[in-house]
Amino acid sequence: MLTIGLAHYLTVGAILFVLGIFGIFLNRKNVIVILMSIELILLSVNLNLVAFSSSLDDLAGQVFAMFILTVAAAEAAIGLAIVVIYYRNHGSIEVEDISALKG
Amino acid sequence: MNWTLALPELVLSVCGLAILVFGVIPKRDMTFPCTMAVIGAFVLTGVLVIGQAEGTAFGGQYVADDFSAFMKLLSLAAAALGLLLALDWNAKEGLSRFEFPVLVLFATVGMMVMISANDLMSLYLGLELLSLPLYVLAAFDRDNPRSAEAGLKYFILGSLASGMLLYGASLIYGFAGTTNFDRLADALSAEAGISAGVVVGIVFVIAALAFKLAAVPFHMWTPDVYEGAPTPVTAFFASAPKVAALALLVRVLSGPFGEVIGQWQQVVVLSAILSMVLGAFAAIGQRNVKRLMAYSSIGHVGFILMGLAVGGETGLRGVLVYTAIYIAMNIGAFAVLVAMRRNGRAVEGVDDLAGLGRTDPAMALAMAIFMFSMAGVPPMAGFFAKIYVLLPAIEQGFWGMAVIGVLSSVVSAYYYLRIVKVMYFDAAATGFDLRPAGVSVVLAGTGLFTLFFFLFPAMLLDAARHAVAALIG
Repeated sequence: MLTIGLAHYLTVGAILFVLGIFGIFLNRKNVIVILMSIELILLSVNLNLVAFSSSLDDLAGQVFAMFILTVAAAEAAIGLAIVVIYYRNHGSIEVEDISALKG
Repeated sequence: MNWTLALPELVLSVCGLAILVFGVIPKRDMTFPCTMAVIGAFVLTGVLVIGQAEGTAFGGQYVADDFSAFMKLLSLAAAALGLLLALDWNAKEGLSRFEFPVLVLFATVGMMVMISANDLMSLYLGLELLSLPLYVLAAFDRDNPRSAEAGLKYFILGSLASGMLLYGASLIYGFAGTTNFDRLADALSAEAGISAGVVVGIVFVIAALAFKLAAVPFHMWTPDVYEGAPTPVTAFFASAPKVAALALLVRVLSGPFGEVIGQWQQVVVLSAILSMVLGAFAAIGQRNVKRLMAYSSIGHVGFILMGLAVGGETGLRGVLVYTAIYIAMNIGAFAVLVAMRRNGRAVEGVDDLAGLGRTDPAMALAMAIFMFSMAGVPPMAGFFAKIYVLLPAIEQGFWGMAVIGVLSSVVSAYYYLRIVKVMYFDAAATGFDLRPAGVSVVLAGTGLFTLFFFLFPAMLLDAARHAVAALIG
């Protein structure tokens, strides 16, 4: 019988983290997908912290995870607000259109 | 529970909330009173910081020492000068909203928390409290497509950096068993060899802080965000947050990770060299002054990282002195950029400065002082800043890095002096609009400091030495 240990949680966390990073860099479609990828990164970190907290028998990791959840909510709110003003100015949130500034 | 130790942050936060209420209740435009109230709050906080006792609070999450006081005063001064520049600009651009000074205030609270952070948790909270207002500030000119794009880019890359910082923090927590800096230092020095998990975590944390500092290879966002954001916001971006990120990097690398210097020194050396070289070469072809200043700031960060890589008492003292001088000359140069306005419209090309030497000799003289100082021409302050990081590097045997630093500062002198040449020798364009009073005040203050620093360097040097002594004991 397989027992789920720390290594399994860390592997899932690492997979989610990498998926989030790839979601930001390989995504060619929509800014909303990037916002979702950022959430995915933060959640992978939470999974890591809670797994470590349980295996170390130390509460600090869970406190840290609570703080991250709170900040992630504020970050999502600000991100969506910025996407809204961007859409008002450009009429599109396609990632390939975000190229007015370069040089 | 000695929470009174954190009085400066607490007072500043309460002031922020009070100013928010004060600004929202009356029906008329409250930008000017709110800005003045925020500057008053900065002064009050500065006094509290000077009178602050030393020690740790909140279960080891927060530390106050000479180092934190030095960096906090620096970031408070930079934030106050940035606000002075923004006052007139925002009125002319139709951006007079009282939220602007309040956002700057909360960003400053975030910086102070970062500077006093003694735990990965307070590090993260301070960093986010700084970053969230900065994302909004970058997009503050919300009807301008370029500002909106700058805000979006900064938000995406900034969130990615926080994600990397958190992932690194989670690995450090898991493999070292604590998030507290003091206990991390014990844990990392006790073991004979440190686990690979901790090393990966350290690399992630350094990468995220390098992103906030805009050091190569995490600089991609800098030119775009600096160009797109409103000019006073760019002035703020290029000064105060860098102080906070640098303070954090210095504290983390010389405190908890000081024992494992072999693991990160090469990374910082490489980043310093790449930043200096990129800052020197990429700015040469720029026609937009704000983009040029973005690359110039990357180059200066390279010099600051050189001091950090060398480390030790003299190296870190060089870091602090360079940071203080960089803030003064950078805000001064941005004051000139804020005043670049012709027939009511802001202009930002290098060519728009043509003939400034005849149309506004005082401002041209100030800009020339800042450019000579940034290029490192004696006797300006920038020359001494470079001396104080180059000498320790040579003493400690970092010859390659020091030589590259000198060569890249020679290359960067080209574009700094080109600005001086455009101002004094090119055919005069029509003059700029009348210089606002706030800009004149900032120009006079930073210009005199940059020009006459060599007459009284002892004050800054002593303060920096005490700060470093508090850090490495």
